Amino acid sequence: MPKSLTPPLRTLKEEIEGHAREFGLDFFDTRFEVVSYDELNMVAAYGGFPTRYPHWRWGMEYEQLSKGYEYGLSKIYELVINNDPCYAYLLESNSDVDQKLVMAHVYGHCDFFKNNFSFRHTNRRMIDDMANHATRVRRWVDKIGVEKVEDFIDRTLSLENLIDQHAPHIRRNPDPRRAEDEMKSNERVEGFKVDREYMRGFINPSEFLDSQKKRVEDEKQKSKKFPERPQRDVLQFLLENAPLEPWEADILAIIRDEAYYFAPQGQTKIMNEGWASYWHSTIMTRRALKDDEVIDYADRHSGTMGTRPGSLNPYKLGIELWRDIEDRWNKGRFGKEWDECDDLRARRSWDKKTGLGREKIFEVRKHYNDITFIDTFLTAEFAIEQKLFVYGFNDKRNSWEILDREFRKVKNKLLQQLTNFGQPIIEVVDGNHENRGELLIAHKHDGQDLKGDYARETLRNVQSLWRRPTSIITRYDNKGVLLRFDGQNHTEKKIDL
Amino acid sequence: MSLRIHQDHSRFKQIVRGKIKSNLRKYVQKGEMIGKKGKDTISIPIPFIDIPHFKYGHKEQGGVGQGDGEVGQQLSPGAVQPGDGHQAGQGEGDHTLEVDVTLDELAQILGEELRLPNIERRHNEKIVTQKIKYTGVNTTGPESLRHFKRTYKQALRRQIAMGTYDPARPVIIPTREDRRYRSYKLQELPETNAVIIYMMDVSGSMGDEQKEIVRIESFWLDTWLRHQYKGLESRYIIHDAVAREVDRDTFFHTRESGGTMISSAYKLCRDIIKADYPKSAWNVYPFHFSDGDNWSADDTRQCIEMLREDILPGVNQFAYGQVESPYGSGQFIKDLREAVGDSNNVALSEIADKDAIYPSIKDFLGKGR
Repeated sequence: MPKSLTPPLRTLKEEIEGHAREFGLDFFDTRFEVVSYDELNMVAAYGGFPTRYPHWRWGMEYEQLSKGYEYGLSKIYELVINNDPCYAYLLESNSDVDQKLVMAHVYGHCDFFKNNFSFRHTNRRMIDDMANHATRVRRWVDKIGVEKVEDFIDRTLSLENLIDQHAPHIRRNPDPRRAEDEMKSNERVEGFKVDREYMRGFINPSEFLDSQKKRVEDEKQKSKKFPERPQRDVLQFLLENAPLEPWEADILAIIRDEAYYFAPQGQTKIMNEGWASYWHSTIMTRRALKDDEVIDYADRHSGTMGTRPGSLNPYKLGIELWRDIEDRWNKGRFGKEWDECDDLRARRSWDKKTGLGREKIFEVRKHYNDITFIDTFLTAEFAIEQKLFVYGFNDKRNSWEILDREFRKVKNKLLQQLTNFGQPIIEVVDGNHENRGELLIAHKHDGQDLKGDYARETLRNVQSLWRRPTSIITRYDNKGVLLRFDGQNHTEKKIDL
Repeated sequence: MSLRIHQDHSRFKQIVRGKIKSNLRKYVQKGEMIGKKGKDTISIPIPFIDIPHFKYGHKEQGGVGQGDGEVGQQLSPGAVQPGDGHQAGQGEGDHTLEVDVTLDELAQILGEELRLPNIERRHNEKIVTQKIKYTGVNTTGPESLRHFKRTYKQALRRQIAMGTYDPARPVIIPTREDRRYRSYKLQELPETNAVIIYMMDVSGSMGDEQKEIVRIESFWLDTWLRHQYKGLESRYIIHDAVAREVDRDTFFHTRESGGTMISSAYKLCRDIIKADYPKSAWNVYPFHFSDGDNWSADDTRQCIEMLREDILPGVNQFAYGQVESPYGSGQFIKDLREAVGDSNNVALSEIADKDAIYPSIKDFLGKGR
């Protein structure tokens, strides 16, 4: 299994780590392990972890990675996990220049994991927890049987994105203290205290009393509803309210834990990959490269930065944005004066020699996620320079094509893509739908329809956990639709929204 | 050393295998699979192996890209990850996973599902062949195996290190030491040889659909026999009133008008066996497909005579598939059944349509000969 670093690699590591610290990167202790490509594919299939619970999809992942490698289509260069200490992997057959590049890149990630606010609440002992999850699942497999456990994992994995991506640590359970408040509000409405009986009509006019009564009634009505307000964390709702066997609840909790652990990585993909790329490029070109390594380095670097017209490369977009921010803050291209300057020539030659770039990017890497990053720092100039465009599907020509290069549209599309990690927002609306214990969930439609066949299959999986008929409200072609699965049949009904 | 992932990997493969098995009948009837054949593997679309999520229809979504191009310009195919739009109320959609299955595995699955017996070999002589495998890069080797890119990189690297590289005039001159060559190893493979001699009636009455059936069926026969024998050759004979040997492509794409003299094909088949496939070293499989409308009873008599005297004694199994054509199905299979139907190395099968390919494979291969 993984070998410890050979003396030459240890020397390289010390060198790169030294450069990284000199540049001000701040990271957890970082451990590199040297692995064969087969092992690397395994670890990558497990999402970077040495152990995961048994499931066929890791096998599928592994098959695809191995094939990609064998056919020369893809090669994993870096793999690092957010943990304290950070773990990262080096491919044993790589050349020195590759190893240096990977190390430099990894230190960028580790710095980001440690400092970016999105990761503040992540479990830094995840490597242990993943191993524990594996043990727990294995134990259930021994007790309950492979088929049943695997089948249940399949169904829960189908729901793994139904968490509250942006607020993993806010508890939204009813607080027991609220129950007391409810008790109070159950009391009879008496209005304000009246000292002189003849004043009662003035102090508590009957309209006022009525409205008070109505408010109390409404409150009561509301608290009968469950959940009280729509709940984004569908998995938690199911955990607390679905009639699950202990082993099922345990597995569902594991899937939910892991989903929350990975969520911040999805929310900072562009920043994080860009940051790591920025630092490997800076460390390599300013410090670590030897003359005869330049070509190989350039080859690798350009390989990572390549773009294809129909997709967005987070490494490329990220690194360019970081560089742009640094450049703008170095030249003082920010603030009121800059924003209000309409003179194109003045803008082009604008350089106040403020030299704040480095400081700025370190600050940004702390407080932003992809959405706020793009929203704040993606400028019209940048979009033009980077040749960004919106693409879409043209039904008439049955092909994908470039739709627009207008800045506003590009930015909006990007933000839309990043919202909720590019996934539809789904909420639990009612756990006692139709007053029959049915489950009602809703898709908050934002202009994009759900993929229909997937939606029905997923609904089936929700139902199998809830064990009562389950429905989802969504919209297709601008019309409200209620999809329902009762355990046997799917039905579909038009509804008014 | 075994990796932990292997358990998950074999579980995945087991699931895929199960899916293939349960869909086998469907795959057998489909011709497009044959088009997806690589050298030793075939891509099979497996429905529903991915885990469904609530997600957007891909076509709805679009996205932001980066690069040159005018508004309205089409993105090259493959640039966008293919996906499928949704239509409310529409069926399954085509989200499939393409899995590569080796032909050998596919044959195993076919064998299990159709309960095919393993073939009894008549000849077990091992003929050893050598196979070249390119495994690495070396500093010496024949010029024909020079690895251009590696050589070039090496030269570039050296010139930069020596300071003789001039970006203004980027000329790279590799020296002897820069050259890199592909290196290979010889592997020895023991083989048991077999030959399939495909014969097909291409007279006017055999239409495209009939040929498609033959094409699909021959793919499966090939696959099974290749699984049973390491070395497998195929020869192709087409005939109407006269027979000639052709290559595979011509075999499936020739259409003649003219009458049918089956004996012409059998004659050629006999001659080929005599010339190239001595009994002592070869397992021989003639497969003949026709709509069964032979020219005359006299010709049929000749066919039967040739089968009895020349062909059947020397081959593992002779198989005849009668493909129903719009002009009806002929008499030939009945004649064969009467004359040689009870010999144990004769397999006869009537193939009415694509649905019948599946049982027909069993007719052909079920004897284990």
